[in-house]
Amino acid sequence: MMSEAKLSRTVVVANPNGLHMRPASLIAKLANQFQSKIELVRGQERVDGKSMLEIVTLVAEHGTNLTIEASGPDAEAAVEALAVLFASQFADVEEETSKDP
Amino acid sequence: MKFRDFVSYEAIRAALEAEDKPGVIREMTKALLDAGRIKSSEIEGIVKAVMKREELGSTGIGRGVAVPHTKHPSVDRLVGTVGVSQEGVDFDSLDGEKVQLFFILISPPDRPGDHLRALENISRQLRDETFCKFLKQAKTSEDVRQLLDEADNNHFS
Repeated sequence: MMSEAKLSRTVVVANPNGLHMRPASLIAKLANQFQSKIELVRGQERVDGKSMLEIVTLVAEHGTNLTIEASGPDAEAAVEALAVLFASQFADVEEETSKDP
Repeated sequence: MKFRDFVSYEAIRAALEAEDKPGVIREMTKALLDAGRIKSSEIEGIVKAVMKREELGSTGIGRGVAVPHTKHPSVDRLVGTVGVSQEGVDFDSLDGEKVQLFFILISPPDRPGDHLRALENISRQLRDETFCKFLKQAKTSEDVRQLLDEADNNHFS
């Protein structure tokens, strides 16, 4: 067994709509590709980063700071990949255009 | 946010008749129209927008639950309701299961926070398997309303 690394990184929710279902799904889908335990932390709240339903309960609006915590053999890659996803703002533009059907 | 803050009780449907995704979305949108929550001139635009959102990825989130939704400029506050299908409907869910419980949400474009708070409430309450099970067994809209009230009063979770 490889050693269990534990890593964390703080990210900001930068997309205007916050972590609604689609961004939360993207996070969970990506997190599930890693073996490590992955959690998202907001203040005292801590949720399973592999569960869309759990992520949605954070009510992470635009500008919210969250900490990604990963522990396990691929923790470093997981934190890096998730930080990139947050930085991409989840390509959260489609729903913006849908308000003018 | 609680169910009573966004669910139109008059639009609750405990026995959806539709048998497919577009049908369910139309039936629930029509229920919101009949309850006076949306305008008749907007129904086609809203149905189309909700379907367009589904194309980005199904809102069928597993456990027999779906949350079809959209932003729409014709509403000035978050409106929503609950529908139950006794038979279940194929909704392209993540887990492949048919969907029996539907929460539809129509949000003003400039209020993303309210949408998040409604999603939080739905997700948190759905953690409770008893709540889910009882909702699926509801026979009348009054049954659904009572369960939502009990959830609002923290009888579940």
